[in-house]
Amino acid sequence: MHFGLTEEQEMIVSTVRSFVENEIYPHEAEVERSGAVPPGLGEEIKRKCIEMGFYACNFPEEVGGAGLSHLDFTLVERELGRGSMALTHFFGRPQNILMACKGEQRERYLLPAVRGERMDALAMTEPDAGSDVRGMKCMGVRDGGDWVVNGSKHFISGADHADFFIVFIATGVDETPHGPKKRITCFLVDRGTPGFEVRPGYNSVSHRGYKNCILYFDDCRLPDAQVLGEVDGGFAVMNEWLYATRLTVATFSVGRARRCFDHALAYAAERKQFGQQIAKFQGVSFQIADMITEIDAADWLTLSGAWRLDQGLPANREIASAKLYATEMLARVTDATLQIHGGMGLMDDLPIERFWRDARVERIWDGTSEIQRHIIGRELFRPLGA
Amino acid sequence: MKVLVPVKRVIDYNVKVRVKADGSGVDLANVKMSMNPFDEIAVEEAIRLKEAGKADEVIAVSIGVKQAQETLRTALAMGADRAILIVAADDVHQDIEPLAVAKILAKVVADEQPGLVLCGKQAIDNDMNATGQMLAALLGWSQATFANKVDVDGDHAVVTREVDGGLQTVKVKMPAVISADLRLNEPRYATLPNIMKAKKKPLVEQTAADLGVDVAPRLTVVKTSEPATRAAGIKVGSVDELVAKLKEKGVV
Repeated sequence: MHFGLTEEQEMIVSTVRSFVENEIYPHEAEVERSGAVPPGLGEEIKRKCIEMGFYACNFPEEVGGAGLSHLDFTLVERELGRGSMALTHFFGRPQNILMACKGEQRERYLLPAVRGERMDALAMTEPDAGSDVRGMKCMGVRDGGDWVVNGSKHFISGADHADFFIVFIATGVDETPHGPKKRITCFLVDRGTPGFEVRPGYNSVSHRGYKNCILYFDDCRLPDAQVLGEVDGGFAVMNEWLYATRLTVATFSVGRARRCFDHALAYAAERKQFGQQIAKFQGVSFQIADMITEIDAADWLTLSGAWRLDQGLPANREIASAKLYATEMLARVTDATLQIHGGMGLMDDLPIERFWRDARVERIWDGTSEIQRHIIGRELFRPLGA
Repeated sequence: MKVLVPVKRVIDYNVKVRVKADGSGVDLANVKMSMNPFDEIAVEEAIRLKEAGKADEVIAVSIGVKQAQETLRTALAMGADRAILIVAADDVHQDIEPLAVAKILAKVVADEQPGLVLCGKQAIDNDMNATGQMLAALLGWSQATFANKVDVDGDHAVVTREVDGGLQTVKVKMPAVISADLRLNEPRYATLPNIMKAKKKPLVEQTAADLGVDVAPRLTVVKTSEPATRAAGIKVGSVDELVAKLKEKGVV
């Protein structure tokens, strides 16, 4: 066993961390205040990221990416997790599901996305279909050689800056002994396609400025050329490519927790009450001890999940454990940090209240904690016939 | 023209420095170390000279503990072509004094024959601001310290220096030692392709003994102490009150 990072990995970590500290942190307060990314700033971050050769670093070299391993990329995401998501969004990591692009789709979607010329957004969730993906109502019906799509998607992150969308749409229903089961197809939908509209979404307490939008399809006509993967093969591309996105949520949570922890540690060492530093009270120092223990545990769990993917080992259960544990750890760490800061922790003069708010969504998106537990339980019991 | 850039591994500028309990120095055990920020500026300037076609090769050199090779890898990831590590200490707490560093660098210069040595004006750990000047003296080269702008043109360089109360422009004959000030440039981030290439670039290791330089300290650290904590200020209600308070303190 070897627990150290290579020299390259150390440099990747320190470079991304300096970038986040120098190019992201200074703009965070403005994003929080205005709820939006200041004009031009996103493009500026993107330009610098492209210059550094980090844009789309999750993609293989043959399509213009940097060909980072899962482990390397998890380290990049961990450091980005420290910063405002509204801003780090422009440190582009297009959805790797675009690797499923075929033929001229590569020229229209995959390659421009990797070059940073076109931004993507992924759309799956609907008002009545959250964890229950198959419950989706957004439906495509065959009309000649095309699909005519009606319905809507919501909570679509990054949609305000997206030039095209990767959308999962129901394209049929199979009757099974367990009742009707929808067939799902993944489509590439350009902004501006007739019958397709992007409207502002809700205001979320988490990740201000990282907007979610609502997508509307009103008799939107999509030819087969827009299908990513196979017709009715939505679950196949989803399982092949969206498998690892839970790791990015887990590692984001670790990075964010470390930043938050630094505030807790420094404050506990400085703040004096009852004539001494509050770190001298075990009520505080024991909390700090638990926090760092949990952060380290989540970090290793997440990195080992990434390592398993690189080794080609089964990782579904391990990734679910990492996502579950890291996001719940982040909730505890941000809450404890706020408690250590007392009333001041709730004020927006410090970033603590923001870390605490931001943390809440991590237990919900990319598969709720309950879904992760379901996956873990299923993986453990299936071989036992239970 | 070859450009030699000495880089020092120092305590990271973000780290809150702690004095060792016995007052013998600063605690460096398990503390994040980075390249001295002024040296980073020197590396950047050297790479820009190469990009502008005025230099052919950028060589980074570091003197100190073995771990300084991390600092050299950073220089390589920024774009330096190769690196030389001179191991002169085995304990991070052992600082090599400017004269010894300058003597070692003079040997490296004799070996490599660079046309320019570009260094940081000082290291942020001890703030000695002496190595560049000593090196120029040992080599008998021209020197231009606190560079704000460097323009190399054939057998001379025009350097704008940051001096008290303004800027001074000097013309120096090459070869020269130039030391970088804060505003010379803004160092780039290492690029991902260069990070991946850094390990493949040559890094040669030597020792101070190989070069025949005695690094035994000539200075004695008598005491190291934390700066006095600043007392809280007061708020005054008016200009009159301010003037009265200042008079009371005997400041005006």
